[in-house]
Amino acid sequence: MNYDVAIVGAGIVGAACARTLALAGLRVVIIDRAIGGGATAAGMGHITVMDDSEAQFVLTRYSQSLWTQLSPQLPADVEFVTTGTLWVAADDEEMAAVQQKHSYYQARGVVTEVLDGNQVARCEPNLRPGFAGGLRVPGESVIYPPLAAVWLIKQALACSADVRLGVTVLHCENTTLHLSDGSAVTCGAIVHATGVGADALAPGVPIRPRKGHLVITDRYPGFARQQIVELGYLKSAHGSDRDSVAFNLQPRKTGQMLLGSSRQYDTTDPSIEPVMLRRMINRALEYMPSLRGLSAIRTWTGFRAATPDSLPLIGPTAKPGHFLATGHEGLGITTALGTADLIVSHLTGRPFAIAPEPYLPTRFARSASHG
Amino acid sequence: MADRISLTVDGQSYDVPDGCSVAAGVMQSTGLTFRQSVGGEARGPLCGMGVCFECRVTIDGEAHQRSCLLSCRDGMQVETGQQTASFAYASGSERRNVECDVLVVGAGPGGVSAAVSAAEQGRRVVLLDENAHIGGQIWRYDASAPTANPVDAWRTRLVDANVTITARAAIVAQPATNELLADVASGPVAIRYTKLILACGARERFLPFPGWTLPGVFGAGGLQALVKSGYDIANKKIVVAGTGPLLLAVGAYLCKRGADVTVLEQTPREKLLRFAASLAWRQPSKLWEAFWLQWHIGLFSYHPGCWVVRAEGAHQVHAVMVSDGQSTWSLACDALACGYGLVPNLELARLLGCAIDAGYVRVDATQQTSVPGVYAVGELTGIGGVDKALVEGQIAGWTAAGRHDLAADLTLARDTAENFVAALDETFSLRDELRLLPDKDTIVCRCEDVAYGPLQSHRDGREAKLQTRCGMGPCQGRICGPAVEFLFGWHNDSVRPPILPTTFAKLI
Repeated sequence: MNYDVAIVGAGIVGAACARTLALAGLRVVIIDRAIGGGATAAGMGHITVMDDSEAQFVLTRYSQSLWTQLSPQLPADVEFVTTGTLWVAADDEEMAAVQQKHSYYQARGVVTEVLDGNQVARCEPNLRPGFAGGLRVPGESVIYPPLAAVWLIKQALACSADVRLGVTVLHCENTTLHLSDGSAVTCGAIVHATGVGADALAPGVPIRPRKGHLVITDRYPGFARQQIVELGYLKSAHGSDRDSVAFNLQPRKTGQMLLGSSRQYDTTDPSIEPVMLRRMINRALEYMPSLRGLSAIRTWTGFRAATPDSLPLIGPTAKPGHFLATGHEGLGITTALGTADLIVSHLTGRPFAIAPEPYLPTRFARSASHG
Repeated sequence: MADRISLTVDGQSYDVPDGCSVAAGVMQSTGLTFRQSVGGEARGPLCGMGVCFECRVTIDGEAHQRSCLLSCRDGMQVETGQQTASFAYASGSERRNVECDVLVVGAGPGGVSAAVSAAEQGRRVVLLDENAHIGGQIWRYDASAPTANPVDAWRTRLVDANVTITARAAIVAQPATNELLADVASGPVAIRYTKLILACGARERFLPFPGWTLPGVFGAGGLQALVKSGYDIANKKIVVAGTGPLLLAVGAYLCKRGADVTVLEQTPREKLLRFAASLAWRQPSKLWEAFWLQWHIGLFSYHPGCWVVRAEGAHQVHAVMVSDGQSTWSLACDALACGYGLVPNLELARLLGCAIDAGYVRVDATQQTSVPGVYAVGELTGIGGVDKALVEGQIAGWTAAGRHDLAADLTLARDTAENFVAALDETFSLRDELRLLPDKDTIVCRCEDVAYGPLQSHRDGREAKLQTRCGMGPCQGRICGPAVEFLFGWHNDSVRPPILPTTFAKLI
């Protein structure tokens, strides 16, 4: 079978690429063991704008607008809810960061609201009293990523894309993929949307797995109203190589509370680590002591695909016909749609909606070759 | 149970017998409906032993409490229905640390015999159980009629040998090597041990059929447990259905408590007769037991080769449709007690990394699992009842205490017990017709209200879980897991802490 594009990886990024490419009229096949089985199954599903760098802001902001446009079409089981995000500032230093973030967002048209300590308490009564304040970003949303990936793929299938599940790609020969069931797929281009697995088919990709733990509770509707994140999260997310935890709580549409987060490099063992879990829960209890009484029903881990500069790898590689769409670290759910848009422009020559340069895999070309 | 205490259910005060479980107290007070499922269905207790989470209520402001595991206290406030958004929590003490030579998890026959055997050899033994009383399911304390219980003799020996018995304690996690974390009513307890004996027992297997989620549909052992904890079934019409020797025991027990009982056994009569004949020369005592139960059968009707295809009722079950493969007929009833055999509680063994073979924990001649220093006994190694559990418990207890000489003498007794396991498995294998019972709307996962139809298109259990939420609820797949294994052949061997829902306070 001949295709214009084969997408390896049916996580949310691959699924979004499949839909956008298929809508653009390309003949697409998407290949994976299962839909949304990797980081997509593990992630929180927070659609959020981040400002670690200008390029990160542009991609997250653009992608968020695409999710908002798409939201009326999403079926109920994708659980799209605009909860808003509350960044909590523990002290005056963090409050200064809130002001900075606020000015940055305002200047770029993102609605934000600076809250004082009392307003934070009113906003989320289960937070402990006495916070310096916070920043509310009302336009942010939450989804259930595995079913978002399923929906995106169904959209692609409706545009006559094909999906090959239950198989893996053993190796690529130019733009022919040899699959684990003995078959081969020939195509014009290959998009590697394989998250932390990118290295297997595109050796040398500068991606490090960054492990995270999550816990979900039984149903406590109303316990929290919006995604609540400590401002210190930014230090945890973008700081050093050391293991770190940060308070990040998400109310699910089901009434369940989803609690993160932890970050660890240099492990590929998916086991729950009691020490990290305890650290993460203790951190959360510092912010929200009344979590103590909530019943935790399930824990899991996942691996984020982290890059050296915290920006994804989107675009052509040195190997003709091979494109990357990976390295999204903790923002793959948010940026899946923007990534798909960039990939379509790379493949079809359609004008870029946002500047593609900051995300080009070739920015690391001096330090690594991509196969 | 002469004394009565006051229980407030949904703002209304009721008199209930002292010593009864909260589940029994609520059933006696307001009826069988305890909560609304996530899809809005009325639900009530099913398993009667802390597995299914259907009997959850809010107790004194604390949501999601399994009422079957808790005893009524005078003045207790219970709320049924929608779980309210109240987040009261007992402030709870800090994590306590306990050390012992031998930790035994589960106080059924296997666990008590293991604990006694190790302690009588001078080892410091801690024996844990989730229930308020020792005895496990088979020797469950009977609050409705305190009579002689075989566990009494064992209790004396446990006390004489200085075994520390911790009731209402559930293992939730393994914080470190040779250490387990228990969720105890008084707070979290970390127990360090040198040897560990798993005697976690078994739960009933439930198979979905239309109407099985109606209040009034219980497990077979489940209803027996609820009656023992104070639920009054005198003069009620009860259908006991499913498979296995447990049905006879439950039928006889319910009769004794004054119910009008009909037993439906899915196994054909010919297979049952072959089983009885094989018992005659292998296990005379078992045969005697079966005869004793048959003697009671004069009191209730027993129908082999029949099974329930549907339960009917608006708010609770009032009739079941029964089939023998040729014809279908209706039986009126006030309750259906329905169990399709037993499945071992493997969660803790899996968490510890013990190898599992064909659904049971793999053990060597000394009951040691693939993890050195961890032993498994009783139903975990094969469903075989009391005699097998007692022998295996002794072997494990003595081995853990270093007395291999004593343990070796029991090899023959255990082999005899294991023959019984094989005969049970063969006789009470599930018939294929049971796979055809659910229709597309029949709920399979009761925690998340996932129906049979949406599950059918999935290729494996993980995909089904991620895309339908099947098995994502508080019972962690304990009820729907064995069902989807039977219906679709999906195995779920992933286990992560906490292996039972527990509060954050107890995880830190």
